Amino acid sequence: MRGAPFSMNVLRPRNAPEALRAFSKNPKLTPLAGGTDFMVAWNAGQLQNRVVLDLSRLKEWKKIQKTKEGIRIGSLVTHRRIQEHPVVRSMFPLLVRACAEVGGWQIQNRGTLGGNIANASPAGDTFPPLSVYEGMVNVLSPRGRKRVPFHQVFAGVKKTTLQPGELIESIEIPYLKNRPHHQMFRKVGTRAAQAISKTVAAGLLWLKKDKTVQELRFALGSMAPTARRLKSVESFCLGKRMTPEVVDRACELLVQDVSPIDDIRSTREYRLRVSQNLLRSFLNG
Amino acid sequence: MVSVGKNVPRKEGPQKLCGLAKYIDDYDFKDCLYGVTFRSSIPHGLIKKISFDSDFPWQEYVIATAQDIPGPNVVALIENDQPLLADKKILHPMEPILLVSHPILQKAYAALEHIRVDYEELPAVLTLEESLSLEQVLYPPDNVFKKFQIQKGNVEAGFAQADFIVEGEYRVPHQEQTYIENNGVAAYVENGTIVVMGSMQCPYYVHKALKHIFNVPDEKLRIIQTTTGGGFGGKEEYPNMIAGHAALLALKSGRPVKMIYDRQEDMAATTKRHPAWIKHRTGVTKEGKLVAQEIEVVMDGGAYVTLSPVVLSRGTLHATGPYECPNVRVVSKTAATNTPPNGAFRGFGAPQTLFAAELHWEKIAEAVGLDSLTLRRLNVFKEGSQTATGQILGESVGASEVLERAVTRSRYISKRKEYSLWNRDKKKESWRGMGLALVHHGAGFTGSGEVYLASRAGVAFTNKGQVKVLAASTEIGQGTISMFAQIVADSLGIPYEWVVVVDPDTGQVPNSGPTVASRTCMVVGGLIQKATLQLKQELSRHISKKSSWSQEDLKEAARKMIPPPAGEAELAPSRRSAGGGMMEGQPEKKYIVEYEKPKEIQWDDKTYKGDAYAVYSYACAVVDLEVDKLTYEVKIHKITTAQDIGKAIHPLLAEGQIMGGTAQAVGYALYENVVMKNGVMQNAQLTNYIIPTFMDTPPMDIEIVEKPYSHGPFGAKGVGELPMDVPAPAIAAAIHHATGLWIPELPILPEKIFKVFFSSPLVGEGRVRGT
Repeated sequence: MRGAPFSMNVLRPRNAPEALRAFSKNPKLTPLAGGTDFMVAWNAGQLQNRVVLDLSRLKEWKKIQKTKEGIRIGSLVTHRRIQEHPVVRSMFPLLVRACAEVGGWQIQNRGTLGGNIANASPAGDTFPPLSVYEGMVNVLSPRGRKRVPFHQVFAGVKKTTLQPGELIESIEIPYLKNRPHHQMFRKVGTRAAQAISKTVAAGLLWLKKDKTVQELRFALGSMAPTARRLKSVESFCLGKRMTPEVVDRACELLVQDVSPIDDIRSTREYRLRVSQNLLRSFLNG
Repeated sequence: MVSVGKNVPRKEGPQKLCGLAKYIDDYDFKDCLYGVTFRSSIPHGLIKKISFDSDFPWQEYVIATAQDIPGPNVVALIENDQPLLADKKILHPMEPILLVSHPILQKAYAALEHIRVDYEELPAVLTLEESLSLEQVLYPPDNVFKKFQIQKGNVEAGFAQADFIVEGEYRVPHQEQTYIENNGVAAYVENGTIVVMGSMQCPYYVHKALKHIFNVPDEKLRIIQTTTGGGFGGKEEYPNMIAGHAALLALKSGRPVKMIYDRQEDMAATTKRHPAWIKHRTGVTKEGKLVAQEIEVVMDGGAYVTLSPVVLSRGTLHATGPYECPNVRVVSKTAATNTPPNGAFRGFGAPQTLFAAELHWEKIAEAVGLDSLTLRRLNVFKEGSQTATGQILGESVGASEVLERAVTRSRYISKRKEYSLWNRDKKKESWRGMGLALVHHGAGFTGSGEVYLASRAGVAFTNKGQVKVLAASTEIGQGTISMFAQIVADSLGIPYEWVVVVDPDTGQVPNSGPTVASRTCMVVGGLIQKATLQLKQELSRHISKKSSWSQEDLKEAARKMIPPPAGEAELAPSRRSAGGGMMEGQPEKKYIVEYEKPKEIQWDDKTYKGDAYAVYSYACAVVDLEVDKLTYEVKIHKITTAQDIGKAIHPLLAEGQIMGGTAQAVGYALYENVVMKNGVMQNAQLTNYIIPTFMDTPPMDIEIVEKPYSHGPFGAKGVGELPMDVPAPAIAAAIHHATGLWIPELPILPEKIFKVFFSSPLVGEGRVRGT
């Protein structure tokens, strides 16, 4: 353990106003919402002398609530709780499947959805589902609440657009208007559990009666600095039948929407090909 | 009352289960300092200057450098080429240069940021190609640490008889031992004796190394093994280094010093399995009989000699696989690179060469037009077969039996046909394959190694009638303690529960040799059995012959055999109890036996001819798997394995060894990829160095075959390393069956399958399926 316990100060606000006050007073605080990533870096001695804003006492942010338009998941809800929630299970199965593949059980029990988003890893497993479900992120600051579309939270690798003093309060996911004809989630990690994804995909597809595409939503993680919706692919497929030629072309277009790299876990070429294979398999139904 | 062959409770089980077992980091020492290591950041160069930030509170620290070493600056092993602390030359990244200690661990680490070393960098030799090209000479004259040659018959004449000559080239990578407990020791000086406690496999190796470093007599050093969380070879030689460091700081500071590596340091700085290239050229008749084997092995030794010669020796001696061939030539060498020294790892060179030997059968099969099972049946070792070194296999040869058992249990033949049909269906989402491999593994040290070791082990009988086992062989999770107690109990005819096994402490136990080479049960267990029989003989002079003795009988015998403490009996030093406390010593009588080579074993180190090992264990694995067509990921459905280990003293523990070794080999085959850059491991963390989790470990069907060995206790041979040898080539063969791709290189990552799928094969030739 290279992190020095004596160098860490922990603030433990009892409620949201206290947390926001503390954060606005000291914008250098590091909010802690689970800590499954924070503690790894801390253990390696990379986060010495931090003042940590431990949010674990904010009970209000640990709730999953139904609203008229959808569901509101408090930012401190764990990946385990999301999997257990009956409404999330029936309405947002892709999110449930993603949460079930985050790390292992220990991490799912500890890690939170809000913490995962604020951590802004390019490989966040819940991000492709949140992207295709078109979630909104509620951000609180002493100035009030703002609603940020999911993708606008991310600024780059491990970077968000959140300002010091701002905290994620909850994530809202609207109900889908119609049941999709096809849906998929697939994480391709380095192994079956405790793995970081090499590519991670979520897709929703609605067809018209004549089998042409009414709407396609497809998102990939680990393929760019942030999770990506495949806008070129989606707009190309709109109104078309999924003939072999159209599917081929859609797979070619995938390349335009992402920018995968060679890294310690995989290669650019593999990531591209496998993502294309997943898209092809999804579009072929 | 028989315990051998039964699943008796593990001696140390309750302590481990209840969290009471004390690992080295669980011990508290008064006024303890934490030691950390400042390491080189370059692969090759000279140290010009070491400077310390002037505004740092160095007065709080105790620092040790090469100048503080009382004896020679050398970690003594086979060659004395590796320094304890580098003082002039740097031969690999992560090489220890100096040691820093502080009462607070994090402050010790923080100090490393305030030390600077100026180097004169030299061109680095990072790969075997670079080493053999000799542009830089790291180890004069030719960068080769060691060479071997095995010669049998006339290879050229053999090839002349062959109908087919099949060539293949194979590559295997580094592998990290990934024990659950990192390397760690504590050292202190007590009444002029240097005491080192820690996680280790071989207390007497540490004893030998420290004796040189500190220039002290044997009795001024005491090495104690603490409960150890796995070793797999990774705690064979490396503890010599870290123990030397901790003891150096303890001597200089006059305080106890703990040095416990964290995972990142352990992975980046300590030893790994040797990467290797292996080339095969094989002559076969059209009937499938082997007539010539020509094999070349090259291993990457890393920066210092360490154990590379012996790893290479075992790799060389196993390179042919368990098959009889009249004409064989194996040439091998291990060469120097500017990377951290590679070292011992379960299998010790054999998994590398057996991967090549076994996967090569698939190539031969395609050339000859017979399947690899038929070819193996035609050539496999039987009783009376002659190995490449000319050894006649006289007894305990279970090769055919394990092959047939695994083939039958796994339904290898019918499933192979079934999967070939499955693979013709383009609509299926996967390719499926069945693969097979068969290996042998020599138990005990290579060649005359056991003679040189001259191991000593035995039992003690106390004046209270208690029987204690005395050996330096360590319990590292594999069941040493329980197995020793079973052997003693049954040899004496007393219950297993009555036997106590003394903790390995060089102050208390004789040198029974290192806990390596699948030798603990067969060799040391054999010594302990002999010693027990001596005790039994003496006991039967004092108490009446019965089918079993009571504790009263033993106490009575003890009164007769051992005079009261004032008498002549040897007074045993105090014994650490399992909880770490001290127990009062009791007068006792010791029965210590030294290793004697069985008469029929003959070995010539110069010509590499004769009985390379006293006996071999055998294993066959059949792997049933599928490859996802979308992601190229491999999912193993099942591994069926049959292993001939002579006798399973403790069947559950033996099965545990087989399961663990199989899982470790699944990692070797499919996941574990040490990424090196400029000689430094880039993924020195468990997040990115991928070992199989529970969810990646396939179901296993295990059958233990018992072909008894006359010199092993109750017929036992070795089981420790054998299971590591066999799964990887079977997995590669199954992937070949599934995909038609030829991937002669580990690990077979999905990225590699993808790459070969869409391009030409990596090495050699093979059928490549188009898209």
